[in-house]
Amino acid sequence: MNYSVILRTLGNMVLFEALFLTVPLVTAAIYWEAAFWMYLITIAICVAVGALCLLIKSKDKNVYSKEAFVIVALGWIVMSLFGALPFVMTQEIPSYVDALFETVSGFTTTGASILNGSQIESMSKANLMWRSFTHWLGGMGVLVFIMAFLPLSGAKNMNILKAESPGPQVSKIVPRVRQTARILYIIYTTLTVVELVLLLVGGMPLFDAITTSFATAGTGGFAVKSDSLTSYSPYLKWVVTIFMLLFSINFNSYFLLTKRKWKEALNAEVRAFIIIVFVAIGIIIANLCFSGGYTFAQAVGQAPFTVASIISTTGFVVNDFNLWPTLSKTVLVWLMFIGACAGSTGGGIKVSRWLMYIRSTTNEIGHIIHPKQVKKITLDKKVVEHDVVRSLNAFFVAFFVIFGLSVLAVSIEGYDFTTNFSAVAATINNVGPGLNLVGPAGNFGFFSAPTKLVLIFDMLAGRLEVFPMLVLFSPKTWKK
Amino acid sequence: MKVIIVGCGRVGQSLAEKLNSDGNEVTVIDLNASKVNDVTAKCDIMGLVGNGATPTILREAGISNTDLFIAVTNSDELNLLCCVVAKKESKANTIARLKNPEYSEVAPYLTKELGLAMVINPEYAAAEEIARVLRFPTAIQIEPFAKGKVELIKFRLGKDSELANISVKDLATKYTSDVLVCTIERGEDSFIAKGDFIFQEKDVVSIVATHKAASAFFKKINHKGRSVKNALIAGGGSITHYLCSILERSGIALTVIEKDIKVCEDLSAQWDKVDVICGNASSNELMLEEGIDTAEAFVSLLPMDEENILLSLFAKEVNRGKIVTRINRTDYDSVISRLDLDTIICPKNITADTILRYVRSTNNAKGSNIETMYNIIQGEVEALEFIIKENSPIAGTPLSKLKFKKDVLIASIYRNGQVIVPHGGDEIQPGDAVIVVTKQLGLHDVADILR
Repeated sequence: MNYSVILRTLGNMVLFEALFLTVPLVTAAIYWEAAFWMYLITIAICVAVGALCLLIKSKDKNVYSKEAFVIVALGWIVMSLFGALPFVMTQEIPSYVDALFETVSGFTTTGASILNGSQIESMSKANLMWRSFTHWLGGMGVLVFIMAFLPLSGAKNMNILKAESPGPQVSKIVPRVRQTARILYIIYTTLTVVELVLLLVGGMPLFDAITTSFATAGTGGFAVKSDSLTSYSPYLKWVVTIFMLLFSINFNSYFLLTKRKWKEALNAEVRAFIIIVFVAIGIIIANLCFSGGYTFAQAVGQAPFTVASIISTTGFVVNDFNLWPTLSKTVLVWLMFIGACAGSTGGGIKVSRWLMYIRSTTNEIGHIIHPKQVKKITLDKKVVEHDVVRSLNAFFVAFFVIFGLSVLAVSIEGYDFTTNFSAVAATINNVGPGLNLVGPAGNFGFFSAPTKLVLIFDMLAGRLEVFPMLVLFSPKTWKK
Repeated sequence: MKVIIVGCGRVGQSLAEKLNSDGNEVTVIDLNASKVNDVTAKCDIMGLVGNGATPTILREAGISNTDLFIAVTNSDELNLLCCVVAKKESKANTIARLKNPEYSEVAPYLTKELGLAMVINPEYAAAEEIARVLRFPTAIQIEPFAKGKVELIKFRLGKDSELANISVKDLATKYTSDVLVCTIERGEDSFIAKGDFIFQEKDVVSIVATHKAASAFFKKINHKGRSVKNALIAGGGSITHYLCSILERSGIALTVIEKDIKVCEDLSAQWDKVDVICGNASSNELMLEEGIDTAEAFVSLLPMDEENILLSLFAKEVNRGKIVTRINRTDYDSVISRLDLDTIICPKNITADTILRYVRSTNNAKGSNIETMYNIIQGEVEALEFIIKENSPIAGTPLSKLKFKKDVLIASIYRNGQVIVPHGGDEIQPGDAVIVVTKQLGLHDVADILR
């Protein structure tokens, strides 16, 4: 294990966090808030710690797969540890565990909050801005951002990109990692700005528009109002609906669109994603109209937004879907687990993984009928290599074992099953709101500190797709 | 520059690595997914799995805006097809590797008719290099500059060499010769020669001089300057074939030892004067019988690196003559360099250098004017030949007045058929070919050597 290179990279991350913290700092300065000083102190701490780490000299600058995974897992934890400080210092979230939960929820683009409506309304603008900005950073990945600007330790960067980016097969879109990272951030920033403009055109106040754009782009879900997005106009809701869906499509597709490769852009995963969205909206609208007693207009106002919000794992809310009939709620839970497309900012298990699971299951059935049959799993007419399938299966098992154990751990507190199950599902899939007590009307504040720590782990495991966290906690990693 | 390489074999991989570290955007294509994964894990390039001769996969690799297309798969025919398709799809310059002598003999026809920029034949290039050192056995490595008028010669100072404990400055006065010392390698360190540098035994020294001056110089310091008279070659592969064809009329008596009777028959049918022995070259007894201990040169060209190294080490034990070893893998360079083997020939490096040279000279963003380029010490010191243009900033000023970067040496000036060993008072003029030896890798323009 190459400790020096890990520490140096972590140092870089903390320094970049200091840079990121200038966004809420400026916000505080604009609104003349006392939080300004707290952010200044946090920045000073980050600069000091980061600089200290950079004093370490490393001879061997190679980041092998092992180091990359440890850097990503530790990096995200360290970023959250420092990022939680302003919340505590401003006394707006006095408990450090609560503040950490909020920050991890921000970086992992979960959007699950321990704050209730009135606490959010009374929060300082700087803290609200920081909450939303963590979404934006976490969405595309902090290390990917750093990679776009710093020549991080040579050619082995791809390992970091692979460890941090979501999806079963992470590939570059141009030969250079750095260029790839830049292109991803250019697409990301462009889409965010377009949304911001559209929201401003719809009459949303500037501060709300910026924070909402950040939260949509990262598919996070922190809102600046107690009722999330409920009180905004239908136009604004539709804009957010469309952008939630846009941000949950593989960013490679946008790159291909700029290259006029329409067919490649509309690949099997994107097609499946679109179909799932429409089918889910259809079922829920029908269910709401026929057995929920909603008018068609009401259903059309709520269902598409909620479906987009849940499948993109954003977690914005325009109504209390906890009051919906059971079928609709079950569809939502399914959408949580399906998640967005690989290579997007969304969470969940990812559509492309499900496609491969379905193909591999049908192949298995074929194998029972014709035992000697040879059939490769293909996606977009490309063979999925055996290594990918293997890690896919391991992911599935690891994901659900962590899920099951977490539900077990959360159950110790004795709340009802739906609450526990949906709390874990909403955090591990980075959605945000769950059902019952953690539903749209509730929050995660009532859980005890140990439960919150379990959920913090789930959020990180979900965003980083399980393995970095498992590698971090595996004794083998640290053995000499 | 955007480069596509088809084929991820040894040559393809080392090309990808070098072109990538030289600042080009590289995409590799190979049918074998695991090979593609290996290279993409090693360097910052893009990999595609598929057949590089199909337009679909080439389009996926972005052929339309590619500047250079290189086909180095195992099959000559496939390489040619790849280049033809690439040419149809883009305006890229295409380079194909051709192994088969029948094709490389008609290289001019192929380049013209198929629009290739260049064909490369690693084995032939390797044979040429071997032939050069056999003709001049004192040298470990010889690279021609200025169309062969000037040579860069690398040699090792033996035990109790006359040059030991003499400084670079004294060498010029003591031997009054027209050679210029460029670099010295000592163990793992390498130095660009400075006046007060003092030679030690076992140093590897490189000089730039005309062939004549070098011969005279080596005679003065009691090194062998003349060609070997006979050579024993282990292995009858394609390099041996080419070597035979190059040396056929040079008066060097060749003996080839090869296991495969069919290959032996081929060789003997083609090269009348060559003694072909059918037998296992790794057999110590056979080698002694064929005179590994008495031959003036021993060339080990077996397919396995390990066999070559062992045989050469054995030859070194029993023979004081010239020893040439072919090595394919470069991963263990540091270990091999410590073995003190004489000349080491690495076909894939030769190929990669040839292509790199081509890339550098066509990379004309700044009006680059590199004529030739060699790695004197892999990855550390390069020797480049520039043709000086009219308005070059280094022309017309005495060398002593120019401010050069660190570790830059003007090794030779070639003007109207005359070779000038540069001194402080000399001026470079437009039209000159100037050889620069430098540790500043990746220079594109001669102006880059100035501070």
